Amino acid sequence: MSVKQNTVVFKRIVKTGFINFVRNAWLGIAAMAVMVITLTIILFSIIANATFANTIQQITDRIDVSVYLNDSVTNKQRDELINNLKGLENVEGVTYISKDQALVIYKQQNAGNSDLLTAISQTDNPLPASLQIKPRDPNRIEEIRTYLEKGDIKALQSDETSYSGDRKQAIDKITSATNFFRQAGIAGIIIFAIISMLIIFNTIQMAIFNRRDELTIMRLLGASTNFIRGPFIVESILYGLVSGVLSIIIIKALFTISARTLDASSLGILDIDYSDTYFKDHFFAFLGLQLVVGVLIGAISSLIATRRYLKFKSSK
Amino acid sequence: MILLDRVTKTYNKNGQALERISLHVEPKEFVIIIGPSGAGKSTLLKLLTREEKPTSGKIIVGGIDYETLKDKEIPLLRRKIGVVFQDFKLLPNKTVFENVAFALEIVGMGNKEIENTVPRVLDIVGLKGKEKRMPEELSGGERQRVAIARAIVRQPRILIADEPTGNLDPKHAWDVIRVLEKINKFGTTVILTTHNQEIVNKLKRRVITMEAGSIVSDRAGAAYKG
Ligand SMILES: Nc1ncnc2c1ncn2[C@@H]1O[C@H](COP(=O)(O)OP(=O)(O)OP(=O)(O)O)[C@@H](O)[C@H]1O
Ligand SMILES: [Mg+2]
Repeated sequence: MSVKQNTVVFKRIVKTGFINFVRNAWLGIAAMAVMVITLTIILFSIIANATFANTIQQITDRIDVSVYLNDSVTNKQRDELINNLKGLENVEGVTYISKDQALVIYKQQNAGNSDLLTAISQTDNPLPASLQIKPRDPNRIEEIRTYLEKGDIKALQSDETSYSGDRKQAIDKITSATNFFRQAGIAGIIIFAIISMLIIFNTIQMAIFNRRDELTIMRLLGASTNFIRGPFIVESILYGLVSGVLSIIIIKALFTISARTLDASSLGILDIDYSDTYFKDHFFAFLGLQLVVGVLIGAISSLIATRRYLKFKSSK
Repeated sequence: MILLDRVTKTYNKNGQALERISLHVEPKEFVIIIGPSGAGKSTLLKLLTREEKPTSGKIIVGGIDYETLKDKEIPLLRRKIGVVFQDFKLLPNKTVFENVAFALEIVGMGNKEIENTVPRVLDIVGLKGKEKRMPEELSGGERQRVAIARAIVRQPRILIADEPTGNLDPKHAWDVIRVLEKINKFGTTVILTTHNQEIVNKLKRRVITMEAGSIVSDRAGAAYKG
């Protein structure tokens, strides 16, 4: 066939696909419903993942270990300690805060409390110099703790080491939540992707069965394989496109509702505000992703289904 | 144009629909196949359109040896052969116009050309004004004529008509036969099956008689030879 004929045939295949899509709307609803769930889970997983990562990052940025030094510690001892600490695997950096700096910070923090400020200015600087240790992995803070608890090192310290322990707990909670959501998300995506493929399979099988006489006639009149199977594929791709748009709308609605009805923090560990912003910032990327994934699910399952159920044998 | 060499077709173990049929049809010939019900006429025609595969034997149509025919070449073969099916095989949810147009849509003809061609052909078979009817709104004879219109609209080199007059009164039956003769005159090979003795007698064409899967007689027409 010429290029022109091929174009005409292609247009007809697409048109027939659209017509069948409208005509079989009822048959396609199950397929689309499951596909919408699949796509919603995918998008939700991505957003939740990014949100958790952001929350963890925020907390991690603030976590550190503070070591308070005796006033008697010499500069040499101090530098040695800093060097040794820097040599630890899990230490990202060590910041030294001298007694004077500590006082400045203290005064800034208590700028509103004039009584306290007066009191402190009348005595010698009571604040110890300190080392702020930034860990690489806040989950493995034990390593640093063990080192600091050693007798000779302990002797250099004036106060108990401060570990921002509450933050660690928060991080643990979020990390395990992230892992859980990630695994549940992946499992959900796989399960529902398979279910949607199976349902599209079934939908096409039913559509082929319903139209078997028509398809036989088409074949007897010399319709090509593509002419017969093309509309089914177009129809399934349309399921994908519609489902993609619906999933975006659903996610958008979920954020709008939860942002309005729930206090952002009352959802516990998921930072709805950040999720919503992240969603808005990446809206078109997400829309594109949902459409592409929807189209892929539709196209792949219909390609397999038509190959399986439209037997292109010469007889029958 | 058409060559069958010792073709046998067995649907199932109980009996043979065709038994060692050998047959030669020249281009532009007009052949009538007669025989009692179950003789194997439709089976023979189905072998030509590759709707069925022979159990054994050789079939060559228009220079194409069916043994070497690939599955994906079958659509192209069928486009060269117009078929009037014994049971019409019209698409029930398409109008008369759409049913005929469909044969052209498949081969990629443009809409304009289709809109010009279809009415002309519907006129030939006497269905002018019934373009928008659905098949279920037509009489048996009218449906048959839609099937004929669809078979001839692509101007095939070979036209196979399986009892195209079966449901028609004598007047309309003859109208259909006249259409087939006209098509034949323009160069299309026509193969026709019928139970109508009057048509067989009056046409004076080559007549092949089948019985129980075999050809029992093959006599040349009185009017035209070859
Ligand atoms: N699909 C099939 N499966 C099994 N047997 C078949 C099939 N089609 C036809 N037959 C058998 O093959 C034989 C020939 O059938 P065919 O339809 O060719 O007869 P025919 O000559 O066209 O009859 P009629 O004049 O009634 O149309 C019959 O015995 C029929 O029962
Ligand atoms: Mg028959």
